[in-house]
Amino acid sequence: MTSLLDVDALTIGFGDAPPVVSGVSFSVQAGQTLALVGESGSGKTLTCRTALRILPDAAQIRSGSVTFAGQNGPVDLLHAPERQLRRIRGNQIAMIFQEPMRSLSPLHRLGNQVAEVLRLHRDMGAGEAKKRVLEQFDKVGFADADRAWRSYPFEMSGGMRQRAMIAMAMVAQPELLIADEPTTALDVTTQAQVLGLINSLQKDTGMAVILVTHDLGVVANMAEHVVVMNKGRVVESGRAEHILSAPAHGYTAKLFAAAPMIPTVATPAPSLSQTDVILDLKNVTKTYTMRASGWRAPQKITACRDVNLQVPRGKTLAVVGESGSGKTTCARVALGAERPDAGGEVLFRPVAGEPALPVHDMTNAQRTAFQRQAQMVFQDPYSSLSPRMRVLSALVEPMEIHGIGSKADRRDKAAEMLNWVGLNPDMLRRYPHAFSGGQRQRLSIARALTLDPKLLICDEPTSALDVSVQDQILTLLEDIRDRANLSYLFISHDLAVVARIADEVAVMRAGVIVEQAPPDTLFYNPQHPYTKALIAAQPEPDISRPIDLELVAKGAGSPASWPEMFRFEGAIAPELREMGSGHKVRCHA
Amino acid sequence: MILLRYALYRFITMLLTLWVVSILVFVIINLPPGDYLSNQIAELRATGQAEGVAKAEFLRTEYSLDRPLWEQYFIWVGMMPGPYGFSGLLQGNFGWSFEFDRPVDEIVGDALWLTVLVNLAAVLFVYAVALPLGVLAAAKSETWVDYTAGFVGYLGLATPNFLLALILFYYGNKYFNLPIGGLMNPAFEGEPMTWAKVKSILLHLIVPTFVIGTSGAAAMMQRLRANMLDELSKPYVETAKAKGMAPARLLAKYPLRMAFNPFVADIGNLLPSMISGSVLVSVVLGLQTIGPSLLTALKSQDQFLAAFILMFVALLTLIGTMISDLLLVLLDPRIRYGAKGA
Repeated sequence: MTSLLDVDALTIGFGDAPPVVSGVSFSVQAGQTLALVGESGSGKTLTCRTALRILPDAAQIRSGSVTFAGQNGPVDLLHAPERQLRRIRGNQIAMIFQEPMRSLSPLHRLGNQVAEVLRLHRDMGAGEAKKRVLEQFDKVGFADADRAWRSYPFEMSGGMRQRAMIAMAMVAQPELLIADEPTTALDVTTQAQVLGLINSLQKDTGMAVILVTHDLGVVANMAEHVVVMNKGRVVESGRAEHILSAPAHGYTAKLFAAAPMIPTVATPAPSLSQTDVILDLKNVTKTYTMRASGWRAPQKITACRDVNLQVPRGKTLAVVGESGSGKTTCARVALGAERPDAGGEVLFRPVAGEPALPVHDMTNAQRTAFQRQAQMVFQDPYSSLSPRMRVLSALVEPMEIHGIGSKADRRDKAAEMLNWVGLNPDMLRRYPHAFSGGQRQRLSIARALTLDPKLLICDEPTSALDVSVQDQILTLLEDIRDRANLSYLFISHDLAVVARIADEVAVMRAGVIVEQAPPDTLFYNPQHPYTKALIAAQPEPDISRPIDLELVAKGAGSPASWPEMFRFEGAIAPELREMGSGHKVRCHA
Repeated sequence: MILLRYALYRFITMLLTLWVVSILVFVIINLPPGDYLSNQIAELRATGQAEGVAKAEFLRTEYSLDRPLWEQYFIWVGMMPGPYGFSGLLQGNFGWSFEFDRPVDEIVGDALWLTVLVNLAAVLFVYAVALPLGVLAAAKSETWVDYTAGFVGYLGLATPNFLLALILFYYGNKYFNLPIGGLMNPAFEGEPMTWAKVKSILLHLIVPTFVIGTSGAAAMMQRLRANMLDELSKPYVETAKAKGMAPARLLAKYPLRMAFNPFVADIGNLLPSMISGSVLVSVVLGLQTIGPSLLTALKSQDQFLAAFILMFVALLTLIGTMISDLLLVLLDPRIRYGAKGA
């Protein structure tokens, strides 16, 4: 049987440099799902783009062949004339990209952008095209297809935009769909729903899918065949159940070990002692006022409501939630960057037993001290270090600002901190661009540590990193916490990451905490439908445990759609009730 | 209807801005010590021409120049009665030019429309040249097309306008028999509009349009090229390519639409810079625009004439910005719905 797509000994390179993809071969049968797995820089994206010949201008295909055997006979995709290729793109082979926010034109209505595929490839009148597009919108799960037709991409959430992208790829009923990290930019519950959608569409149409991903959990839920790539080469390939149950290659095994997982069997943990609290958020509510435009009255938006959080000294409190849940606002209020609405306050107790200081009502001297004792680690290590400052200047700058030590002292401290985070002090003279993403995140941690802080606020410190690097950074953060007796306020959207590092987890949704407990209690006995949805949506690299879409759908909807016991609408949420020792759930009595 | 409401809102803010501008213009013109008449009186006294002094004193009271500044302002605008009741800008009385000894509207009269004509032609020229060249330079970036367009552009930016004017007049006349100087054949001046006159004006317009527009076109071309290059690397371009669109259609539908915003927003800025930039050119080329009159008026502190011309330029600018704002709202749904763009 001939395969639908056959990639044979493909080698791609840039300029005179050694190839970034070398000798890659695999094939996809009609109706099959193949996962291309690897970390950033493994060449998986370049490989899949070769199929449509949409490579960067500088990339050269040095050897190999890509053959597509669709209904219209076999085509040599690498040498077919541009005109023939255009008839294949979007028609027989369609593609979904990683960032739904930026992959759609913001200036054209969704209907226009999706129907364009039909206008290009099918000889179809405007009316008939619209009918087909509306049907497709229905199939990808838009509640109101007519409204989606009229909408602009920016009026929709990330998940909805990705649905629109899928509709665009599917509307011409391609034989092969290439999905390049289709869910990486999405929240975990949205990811589960989008994966489920791709699965069911594939069943309906019988198309083949190439899924490019770095997440073994996604692979387990989607793929029949797996190709694992590392540094431009295929290290292992075969049927998914074989590779996932018994990885043969060391690299695949390493990927497995690094994947954060929610424990399947957990024992409820004792509640955390609240005797020595370093950071205490009391009744914090933060309302933003949108700027009035024209005559419209200014609009008020409550980012977080009535949040009470305590960080015990030497422990890690994690705040978990999707984008827009208010978790970052909490961190900003905790750092004093934002003032909470009247009635809320944040207390900081630098030394055990001494009176706590109100963060938003400090004298200048107290504030300077607070700014030394509470430091922040940011999400994106690429943009949080100035590209024009050497590592040394970046590391000593905080000490210069606070006037600590002599020049030599500062230098010594910087070198010491580099040691702490596992980098070589020789690197002080380098610029950030000489470092990889993981090394840069180590640098930002080192910078935060130079002032000997007592509290570290980590805002998604690993979400921009590869899985194996994420694992190293989490280990580093744990080491440092124990070594320097630091306390962490850890913000994340990923329950699996948090499962490992946190002593207590608060799950946020729609600006309120819906459930709060030590992680083991939370995973052993989740009460709130949203927590259950988060846990269920986490893709596990285990083919026998697929995502339970029903459970996800139940909890991931709006608070108004939750079961009666938890339901709320608008600003009137039920109380956060103590269910067991240290386990709080927001529900009606 | 959002758009109508927005247009109304923009119109009202435009009127308010115009009012503020009128105050600024009036104050700035009166900042230098003395005025046209007091200077003249001093001069006449020095040369002992007493009867002239009497006339100047009469004009001073006639135009309320003896009153406090704020009263002068309100009388000029027409919000306060002067010696002859309400008679100011609002009533359509633009004042008196002391230098030319004639009412302002008589002096500027035709020049106003010719100014608008010359600058409108220049703006159209800028867009007609910059749009295709900018897009072409971006689409074929780093090829000979790009380099040639860039070279021509920088040449246009770097050549002084008056020099360009002289060169073009010389060669235009030598090879194409184009007329030199002026905006129409002198025989038509003051004549009613006829087909022959229109033809003469159009023929005279060619060189000035080119001269005034070149530097603007070069700058805009470079901006459009840079914007386009930014847009070309965006993921949505890749999406469109993966759909199977042909390159030319793709370019026009997606990146060009996105790169268009700054292009449109420039309409407002283009008008004033052209008018002020064309003052010198008008003097050199002998164009009957308001440029030369503005120069004379400012030199001799002919305050009503100067103030009126400045107000006119401000009005053109404001209308330009209003048009570009309305166009932006029409073109870009993100602005229309006040949402944050992706």
